[in-house]
Amino acid sequence: MRGILSDRMGAALLMAPLLLFLGLAYAWPFLGVVKWSFTLPTPGLGQYGALLTDDLVQSVFIRTLRIAAIVTVVSVAAAYAITVVWVRGSPAQRLIAEFCILVPFWISVLTRAFGWVALLSNRGLINTWLQSIGFISEPLALVRNEFGVIVGMTHFLIPFAVFPLASAMRSLDDRVLLAARGLGSSRMRTFWTVFVPMTRSGIIGSAMIVFVFSLGFFVTPAILGGGRSVMIAELIYLRIFQSPDWGLGAAISVVLVLFVGALMALLFRYVRPKQLI
Amino acid sequence: MQQPGRAAEIKAIGIGKSFGSFRALDNLTLDIGRGEFLTLLGPSGSGKTTFLMILAGFVQPTEGRLFSDGTDITDRPAEQRAAGMVFQGYALFPHMSVEANIAFPLKVRKKSAAEIKKRVGEMIERVGLVGHEKKLPSQLSGGQQQRVALARALVFEPGVLLLDEPFSALDKSLRGQMQAEMKRLHQETGTTFVFVTHDQSEALALSSRVAIFNHGKLLQVGAPDEVYDRPDNRFVAEFLGEINMLPLKGVRPADNGSTGLCEDRAVSMHCKAEKVRGDAILAIRPEHMSIAREAAAGENGIAATAIASTYLGAATKLDLTTRQGAKVTVSVPNEVAAAALSKGNSVWLTWPAEKGFLLPDGGQ
Repeated sequence: MRGILSDRMGAALLMAPLLLFLGLAYAWPFLGVVKWSFTLPTPGLGQYGALLTDDLVQSVFIRTLRIAAIVTVVSVAAAYAITVVWVRGSPAQRLIAEFCILVPFWISVLTRAFGWVALLSNRGLINTWLQSIGFISEPLALVRNEFGVIVGMTHFLIPFAVFPLASAMRSLDDRVLLAARGLGSSRMRTFWTVFVPMTRSGIIGSAMIVFVFSLGFFVTPAILGGGRSVMIAELIYLRIFQSPDWGLGAAISVVLVLFVGALMALLFRYVRPKQLI
Repeated sequence: MQQPGRAAEIKAIGIGKSFGSFRALDNLTLDIGRGEFLTLLGPSGSGKTTFLMILAGFVQPTEGRLFSDGTDITDRPAEQRAAGMVFQGYALFPHMSVEANIAFPLKVRKKSAAEIKKRVGEMIERVGLVGHEKKLPSQLSGGQQQRVALARALVFEPGVLLLDEPFSALDKSLRGQMQAEMKRLHQETGTTFVFVTHDQSEALALSSRVAIFNHGKLLQVGAPDEVYDRPDNRFVAEFLGEINMLPLKGVRPADNGSTGLCEDRAVSMHCKAEKVRGDAILAIRPEHMSIAREAAAGENGIAATAIASTYLGAATKLDLTTRQGAKVTVSVPNEVAAAALSKGNSVWLTWPAEKGFLLPDGGQ
């Protein structure tokens, strides 16, 4: 097996079907999008100029970055906690953590978004319960706003944030933690000054994956944002399908892809790909 | 382990440790003296590392009590015992510079920045790492990493320094150098050192006392020459170096020790025949036997035939078979070995009475 994979020719052959598929289904159509961004409605750089002046586009970009940043921080923090349990807990704890990580993968993103609506809406489970115990008199605005979007996206992305962290925690030498304890460091201090810094590459990888995913979210913000918290992917959709302005939609897409590409390049400068699995 | 700068005195009483049905350590009682250099020696799985981990507080014994300077520390967690520890593979903090690694135990103890700077500086000088302060462990050689680990474990002046096979990853020449360095650090700091190894020559060379473990039991503890020259049992005798074992019959006390019959010839030993009577084993180290044309009356000797030799440079290892088929190895001057082999026929093996010792027949 090793012999086959270490052979460059063999590796190229094994990857060929995937590369061919991505080329035909993704890269080639995307070149068409790039073409539109320079030619519709009139040839030139007009669409990119419009990006710089259009207030709506800019506010959506900023909102997207803000939501992505918040979702990243919350997801990585939550994923860190669950990964610690998954990798270093007792056998029973591991099993429970593993269950919590894997179950979300079996439920579609659409189902989950509607599930959150059922929980968070004005007459949803949380508001009716809080009202019934007299904790609040008016329902809290938990959905159809940025909060709902952040909750739904975080829930979706935590499992993706787990894997780079788990990889970093698994490769950590236990003796280093023992050494810290033996030198007089408490469990808490050892966690913050040794364990967390030693899993830095996992944190970076995890944050990058969540952030990049967040930028392209469509279904979750569309449903949980209720049209009031539009993110960039939804804006592109609106430009293409509702106010036919294909040139502007294409230009936004190109900018998004370039931005994500730059982020990925940055990621791979700091983290080796195998640390992400 | 409590007062910094003062060597600790440790007392282990009836320490045992089971992992499920596996008995890792059984009823160990041992005193470790203030400032001594004690080596725990044994094959892997013998319990020596388990005992070290119990001393450090990383492993909780199933039974028994552990005292440091008279205080019961059995239930005290590792971070409160604060024994200095050097791990196999060093376990340096990979994200911290050399300086930060060594400063870690002082920072934990909330020392002032000025004091930390001073003591880290002294320690770096003492272990010869000047100029490497800002480097990360991954930028250092194995020997340098070893020095960082030693400095980090000694900088807070622990009462005891625990070392878990610290030299196993080093090549032979570097190993010798680090051994010398460790001996020097032991003398300079005066701290109690407890050192784990499976290398018997390392144990004999470094320690003030050696404790030999096998199958979770402490078999013997004593000064290097004591355990080497007067092992209590067959395992200790064999583990500490090559040894010849000859069956002995009719062992009984005599004026000056004991006597017995070795291949129908009377031999005498200086050691007492307290533990053994009747059949026993006579054990003699290869370097204590000589080749002779014949043995004089009253001299310890046995007839044998030389069968093979191995040239070792300074000496030659000669393999012989006795008349009754026992295999014997001796270490002799090169020309003696050549002569014995060229003759091809019977020679005599002789040894002084004080160099032979008795072991129970067939026993461990």
